Amino acid sequence: MSTYCIVTDERRCISCKACEVHCKVKNAMPVGIKLGEHFTEGPVPGPNGAPLYRTLYMPCFHCEEPECVDVCPTGAMTKREADGIVYVEADDCIGCGACLEACPWHIPQWNEDGDKAVKCDLCMDRIDAGLKPACVTGCTTHALALVGQDDPRYEEQRKRAPQRALAER
Amino acid sequence: MAGRQQVYSVCGMCSVRCPIVVEVEDGKAVRIEGNPKSPLKGSLCARGAAGIALEMDAERPQRPLIRVGERGEGKWREASWDEALDYVAGKLKDITAAHGGRSVLFSDRGGPFVDLHQAFVRGLGSPNYCNHDSACARNVQHAAKSVMGIGRKEVVYDYRNCKHLVLQTRNILEAINVAEANAVLDGMEKGCKLSVVDIRATYTAGKADNFYMVRPGSDLAFNLAVIHVLINEGLYNKPYVEAHVQDLDALAQHVATCTPQWAEGETGVPAAAITALARQLAEAAPGVIWHPGWMVARYDDSFHVCRTAYIINALLGSIGAKGGLPIANKPGDVGRKGLKKLVDLYPAPEEKRADGVGWRHTQFDGGPGLINLAYDAIATGDPYPVKAYICYRHDPLMAMPDAEAMKRKWEGLDLLVSVTFSWSDTAWHSDVVLPLSTYLSRESIIASKGGLKPQFFVRKRSMQPTLDTRADWEILCGLAKRLGMDKLAFERIEDIWEYQLQPTGVTMADFDAKGFVELCDAPKYREDAELKFATSSGKLEMISPKWTKAGEPSLRPYAAPPAPPQGMFRIAFGRTALHTQGHTVNNPLLAEQMSTNVAWINTARAAELGIADGELLEVLDARGTAAGRIRAFVTDFVHPEALFMVHGFGHRLPVESRARGKGVADQELMPGGLERYDRAGGGISMQEHFVAVRKAAARA
Repeated sequence: MSTYCIVTDERRCISCKACEVHCKVKNAMPVGIKLGEHFTEGPVPGPNGAPLYRTLYMPCFHCEEPECVDVCPTGAMTKREADGIVYVEADDCIGCGACLEACPWHIPQWNEDGDKAVKCDLCMDRIDAGLKPACVTGCTTHALALVGQDDPRYEEQRKRAPQRALAER
Repeated sequence: MAGRQQVYSVCGMCSVRCPIVVEVEDGKAVRIEGNPKSPLKGSLCARGAAGIALEMDAERPQRPLIRVGERGEGKWREASWDEALDYVAGKLKDITAAHGGRSVLFSDRGGPFVDLHQAFVRGLGSPNYCNHDSACARNVQHAAKSVMGIGRKEVVYDYRNCKHLVLQTRNILEAINVAEANAVLDGMEKGCKLSVVDIRATYTAGKADNFYMVRPGSDLAFNLAVIHVLINEGLYNKPYVEAHVQDLDALAQHVATCTPQWAEGETGVPAAAITALARQLAEAAPGVIWHPGWMVARYDDSFHVCRTAYIINALLGSIGAKGGLPIANKPGDVGRKGLKKLVDLYPAPEEKRADGVGWRHTQFDGGPGLINLAYDAIATGDPYPVKAYICYRHDPLMAMPDAEAMKRKWEGLDLLVSVTFSWSDTAWHSDVVLPLSTYLSRESIIASKGGLKPQFFVRKRSMQPTLDTRADWEILCGLAKRLGMDKLAFERIEDIWEYQLQPTGVTMADFDAKGFVELCDAPKYREDAELKFATSSGKLEMISPKWTKAGEPSLRPYAAPPAPPQGMFRIAFGRTALHTQGHTVNNPLLAEQMSTNVAWINTARAAELGIADGELLEVLDARGTAAGRIRAFVTDFVHPEALFMVHGFGHRLPVESRARGKGVADQELMPGGLERYDRAGGGISMQEHFVAVRKAAARA
């Protein structure tokens, strides 16, 4: 399991999609590919009948036992030992697409530009430089946070996010 | 520019001008974030983040273009910059020789860099500098003047210290200013209550403690009832009102019959809820902001809605107060000197304005005038001929109703020039298109921003232009040179900056650390005893002599908006965080996020018409002309009388492959709308139009 996790504070999230755009710009992803996806549901009636929007930003969960890593025939899909970040070693990717099929949440994407799999690596180059992932830094309202395992939001996010994301896909 | 660099600059995608830092690699911008040394702390909205996609997009004017076909036909010849500037300058010389400098009209979209534009217009000898604001915030501006004697930007919204924020005609979490959205959310984390008055459940309403879904056009009744409760229950701030409010008695008399029960009938909001709100506000006072709105060119009485917002703030003692609307400081208020103005290079023209502002319409602000009325002068020659029009980063054909009527008025022009970084309906209709560099590849003059901590800030060039485009100052100073306006014919931006900074004691090196220069260390609030307003009485005026003199009552009796005819809706429009003013819809990254708009329609009304959620509809204006196709978004959370859509879609230009033919343009649904404006406040009344819908399939 990754040492880190990106959590969404629904009280601050305004569904502006800046997270997706910051991600795309930083990772130079072409139109059609989103390494992280933002979901909004609403307006729905809240507890007192007043309108409510439910929101969630869903980048990769960086699973403890990533199925994408298991199925990769070349070892290109890598789990970084130090902090559990799951990423694609691009030079080793042969573009077979096995990871796309294996991931229950369809996190790896197919990049026609280079015919390789791409996925969220939590901007590990930025993390290694002491920065936050681009989506977290750029988030319009500071609704996103990169938290470690000692943060109570870490477990909470990990528990609810996969179910919700599946339901909304 | 080899290697990696960080350039502090200023965003230019929308009108907010957020502070940014641009990451540049080998001379090319690769990433943008909010300036980490500013209150944004890295945050930047999707539009700002997508700036590089704009710079790299070839679907914008790539070099100067001179029209060869009819206006709007899309036939151009490409020109070099020298040729294009010579052409425009030559035309301007001919026109001003025949009709005088006053025959030139210029419009922009306001903001902090207009000093250069105003200098250019003055240099020509014209009084006709205008901005877009009659289709935006003029009603707020004039309401502020009528109550406080100062403009809307001369008070600050102190969200972080606010205890109760009321948003009316201000969708603050979708029509976003990044710093402001953060301040509101920070305030709420500290316990600020949020109340939202709107015709639909915006994202902002989704975070509200109180949401009041009012009948479209009934906001004034809501506000009058709140005033009624504040006065009748003695909840207003008596010492403050005694000291600072003029003509309370007249106000009390005006709202005597405006009970919450009466307002319930007008607005649909339960009387008890209105009374409860007024009491909550009194408890939170003076830490209350009743936001007077931003884009309020909506109803015939929008000026009075804005005015009552200021009046409520006045009754609660929040104007001037911490946590309310404290007075903004200018450089002089903190013991510093302001920038030297470029506009002072030339004497103020003695000629009266073509739009009649200041002499025919005496209550309105002379500064940016009312652009729609200037078009009347083009069409009629009254008060004098207006023959040349320069639109700077402004697309009136999309921003205002009834493009066909506008084009007919413009037939009187001998020259129509667009300075623009994207294609627009107006650029397409122009005689000359002068392509402006994007905010990443142009610098701008230094700007001054008032506030609790006033500051100077500057836009720097992060990279060289990808296309054959130029900066604003290069274009206007280039024209100035050709027109013999030598004082404005600057050759280098550094010379302009140096000129501006002369009196200030600030140097360009001072901007290096953060990209902006703050003029004081701590936020400065005024004491109550320091409050004096720039009105004739020195107080907050419930009755404005200036408006009285112009024949406009300050306390106008409420007139209920007409209900839509059978089967029809009142058109309503708004913003999204993903786009701005229609000029981002063709941006590859933003088109991917949101390429079209939807029509919000109330569940019960949709059922009556047999319309299902997601169904493709045609929207027809009041004359029965279809404006295009749009999918229905069926929800309980929009008022049954309204049909709402996000503004800026329904593009038709063949040069915009991603935007063309997507969604419906609200401004196409307002026939005759150029003539319909708020006589008291000057704003165009864009939501005073009715529309019909029908299933698109029925015609297929």
